[in-house]
Amino acid sequence: MRDSITLQVARYRPEQESEATFDEHEVPCPKEWVVLDGLNHIKDRIDGTLSYRWSCRMGICGSCGMTVNGEPKLTCATFLSEYGRGPVRVEPLRNFPVIRDLIVDMGDFMRKLVRVKPWIVRQAEKPLSEGEYRQTPEELDDYKQFSMCITCMLCYAACPIYGLDPKFIGPAAIALAQRYNLDSRDEGASERMEVLSEHEGIWGCTFVGECTKVCPKHVDPAGAIQRYKLTAAVESMKSFFMPRGA
Amino acid sequence: MTPSHDVVLVGGGGAGLRAAIAIAETNSKLSVAVVSKVYPMRSHTVSAEGGAAGVISPDDSLDEHAYDTISGGDWLCDQDAVEAFVKEAPQELLRLEHWGCPWSRETDGRIAVRPFGGMKKMRTWFAADKTGFHMLHTLFQTSLKYASVARYDEWFVTRLLVDEGRVQGVVAIDLKSGRIDAITARAVILCTGGCGRVFPFTTNAAIKNGDGMALAYRAGVPLKDMEFVQYHPTGLPFTGILITEAARSEGGYLVNKDGYRYLQDYALGKPQPQPVFRTMELGPRDRLSQAFMKELEKGRTIDTPYGPVVHLDLRHLGQKKISAKIPFVRELCLKYQNLDPVKDLIPVRPVVHYMMGGVHTDINGATLLPGLYAAGEVACVSINGANRLGSNSLPELLVFGTRAGRTAAEYASLGLEVTSRVLAQSDDERRRLEGELLNHKGRERIADLRDEMQKTMEESAGIYRSGASLARGVERLRGIQERSSDIAIEDQSKTFNTERTAALELSFMLDVAEAIVTSALHREESRGAHQRTDFPKRDDQRFLSHSLIYRNLDGPSRVEYLPVTMTRWPPAERVYGEAAPNEGQHHVAGSALPSGTGV
Amino acid sequence: MGQRHAYTEYHPRWLRRPVSTYWWLQKRSYFAFILREASCIFVAWFVVYLLMLVRAVSEGEMSYRQFLSWSASPLILLVNLVSLLFIVLHAITFFEAAPRAMVVHVGGRRVPNGFVGAAHYLGLLAASVIVVWILLGA
Ligand SMILES: Cc1cc2nc3c(=O)[nH]c(=O)nc-3n(C[C@H](O)[C@H](O)[C@H](O)COP(=O)(O)OP(=O)(O)OC[C@H]3O[C@@H](n4cnc5c(N)ncnc54)[C@H](O)[C@@H]3O)c2cc1C
Ligand code: SF4
Ligand code: FES
Repeated sequence: MRDSITLQVARYRPEQESEATFDEHEVPCPKEWVVLDGLNHIKDRIDGTLSYRWSCRMGICGSCGMTVNGEPKLTCATFLSEYGRGPVRVEPLRNFPVIRDLIVDMGDFMRKLVRVKPWIVRQAEKPLSEGEYRQTPEELDDYKQFSMCITCMLCYAACPIYGLDPKFIGPAAIALAQRYNLDSRDEGASERMEVLSEHEGIWGCTFVGECTKVCPKHVDPAGAIQRYKLTAAVESMKSFFMPRGA
Repeated sequence: MTPSHDVVLVGGGGAGLRAAIAIAETNSKLSVAVVSKVYPMRSHTVSAEGGAAGVISPDDSLDEHAYDTISGGDWLCDQDAVEAFVKEAPQELLRLEHWGCPWSRETDGRIAVRPFGGMKKMRTWFAADKTGFHMLHTLFQTSLKYASVARYDEWFVTRLLVDEGRVQGVVAIDLKSGRIDAITARAVILCTGGCGRVFPFTTNAAIKNGDGMALAYRAGVPLKDMEFVQYHPTGLPFTGILITEAARSEGGYLVNKDGYRYLQDYALGKPQPQPVFRTMELGPRDRLSQAFMKELEKGRTIDTPYGPVVHLDLRHLGQKKISAKIPFVRELCLKYQNLDPVKDLIPVRPVVHYMMGGVHTDINGATLLPGLYAAGEVACVSINGANRLGSNSLPELLVFGTRAGRTAAEYASLGLEVTSRVLAQSDDERRRLEGELLNHKGRERIADLRDEMQKTMEESAGIYRSGASLARGVERLRGIQERSSDIAIEDQSKTFNTERTAALELSFMLDVAEAIVTSALHREESRGAHQRTDFPKRDDQRFLSHSLIYRNLDGPSRVEYLPVTMTRWPPAERVYGEAAPNEGQHHVAGSALPSGTGV
Repeated sequence: MGQRHAYTEYHPRWLRRPVSTYWWLQKRSYFAFILREASCIFVAWFVVYLLMLVRAVSEGEMSYRQFLSWSASPLILLVNLVSLLFIVLHAITFFEAAPRAMVVHVGGRRVPNGFVGAAHYLGLLAASVIVVWILLGA
């Protein structure tokens, strides 16, 4: 086992520079070390000014997404040893504006998320005294996959459509809309339809499929989008043939 | 313009979001702000795995849940609070179901429950093995529908604004822009979570630095029962990643270097092939962690580069059961420790997991400072007493988040005005954060001081403490505190300066560490998670009471005691294993679990 | 009250990195995607080709023979061959996507993706058999 590996870390210091640059550091790489451990080593021992986000170090909080050797990755779930002799190049996630160093702005996603109404919509609330909504394990399975999204933004970073047209509502937001659409307790599908069937909604997607490949939680946002396209097409046919009914 | 709200919540974890929704639902005219140093869905509630306790089975009762909680807490719980808690927990969990939480289900569509360490009955609701994740995302997504809830994402709170004897807001740094401003409010609720990072081995995320405890402590509010720090008996070494209790309730064994199920040596019952409630591997956490220390002393642990460990053995469960019941455990081991529990033993050690103590509040989340409330892990109500039972904390966030939210909403409706003096305070704070902190050319590295603090805590206030170790701890912490005034901050940038926040977090942690060690030094007995080698017995005569520690700017902190509230359960001996009453042969056989509960 | 500071959200400025015009060359999967997108052109070409055939037939035998000999020219043969390859690519990728878009339930259970994909290929096979049968039978 080698004892160190080279990390090339992207820096952007907005008060001083107008372009990103790279710093190079040697960091230890025992078997258990992930890319994030390497960054923490730099911050703690070498250069305290390096800025990046992290929290859980167990792939669930979704804050540590970065571009590692060109691929969007959760840095807490990517072993340094995967990169053999290195060097390992760490950059901020693509397709987002960089605030500083490895930190990008995800405000755009947060605003889009609200638009798809990611909450249970009911015509009438069931009172608590009547107990739970019954939901069989099969019904739970229908949407469960889409409820696994940790909003890590890797899918947006991998999506060339989002890069070209930032208005595109994007993979995770659509997957989360589908998470509620497919929930047996929800009655809000028609409200979400408006936003999702916009030009920048599902129809913006041309099915590159990269989002699904990079998703660390197997959410399959590409699948969610294709599935919704079918639903939307059927709905619009219905309203075409049966304008006032159904 | 200085932003202003009726209620400011510091923290957007489970407690903060539940409180925000409670306020919005109580009075939609009140403007609420959720101020959080990370995006709310990144909060540490996200990593809770096992589940949330709430009585729903017909063969269960509120009294049994209360009794398990109180006996588990070694009679240091306030029993009125526990009664309120067990009564409201199922309601709150059900409300979350109505908001969309994907609870695991029985085949007929009802909520499924599973057994959990320390609980005599099956009453733990779960959403596969990502319960906290699903709860947090459900709360966050639901909170988006309330127009009156504003968010300050990635704003780091550095101090409370207090004037005329009441809280009037906070000062915070907007990390993205570097803006430092007051956010004024009629009421503030602290929901900042725990402080596990004060210790070297912990399941807690990097953001759990006891910020809220220190904020309150500095504002003169006492912290309660800070000596009670819960260890989780099974964390992965190095990363501190938690291997959930579920791994044991599904039938995992803890073995020492001889492959021996050593828990049988520590009055935790006889080993059975099937797990039995409240015995052996399903005994309470503190007992399991203490047994590890005894094994360590006897030289029966296994040495690794990350210190001594014992092994958690799941191999006999087989791939099918592991993948069906605890897939997350397998995923974690494969992804972070590079081992497969189907074939390999899992190295585990006790790791700091939960803080029973916290900001002293009453049953409605109110602190002694008017306008200041606290809920969640940062608060101490106390329902957890000397030792929290697994799966009681998630429902606690909901029950007391709601209570604190409602009470704060009421108080904010009184309409007290913000005084101009607090704006001057906020200007002072800005000067400190921009001037003193950034321009100071210090020599001490943040990471060095942090490591030293953590080492000190482990050595002086670990699983076993003594008067001598604690006194030494107080001394050493004082030294680190002094050195911390000469801290080096290389980063001069105002944009997302994470070195400055690390320095602030270190100073929060140092205050909390001092409170823990001092409180522990004063409690001359052993109870729950607080085990003194020099006072090995519980002492109800002197210490059936909560400790309250007050910060004293010039001199040592002051510790006072407040009697525990008793209603119906007089103190008794905590017994586990065979000696436990009505234990019988409650096997938690795999077949007792409903099939089709989802994974 | 002290002085209020002026802050801007983008203080002092964020770095925006435009997508390169050649982004689709940066990754194999992006390139494959562009190929799939390009296959539409060839689908369109086959439609045009078919319409031309229909017109030729409707204008009588003479015109049909002309069309056939034109089609036999090396250039058109090449174009059609390339088109065929793209159409196959189009069909395969489309069939791969189909199960993800269509979630079929039979008796309350979700049909595995493999089955849905296989059903599509079966459909293709059936359609091909019918076409061959018409051609050979005629
Ligand atoms: C690995 C793990 C597993 C667990 N499993 C279970 C379980 O199965 N069952 C159970 O009942 N409990 C479990 N727990 C315990 C439980 O998850 C926690 O006690 C609980 O989630 C704490 O929630 P909270 O809302 O109080 O705080 P958190 O979720 O930690 O949120 C704290 C919030 O405060 C904010 N904040 C902190 N400081 C500042 C500041 N200075 N300025 C601005 N914002 C700030 C943070 O940004 C964050 O939003 C587990 C804990 C861990 C660590
Ligand atoms: S869909 Fe997957 S990749 Fe996209 S944000 Fe969610 S978890 Fe991340
Ligand atoms: S640090 Fe939480 S997902 Fe990586």
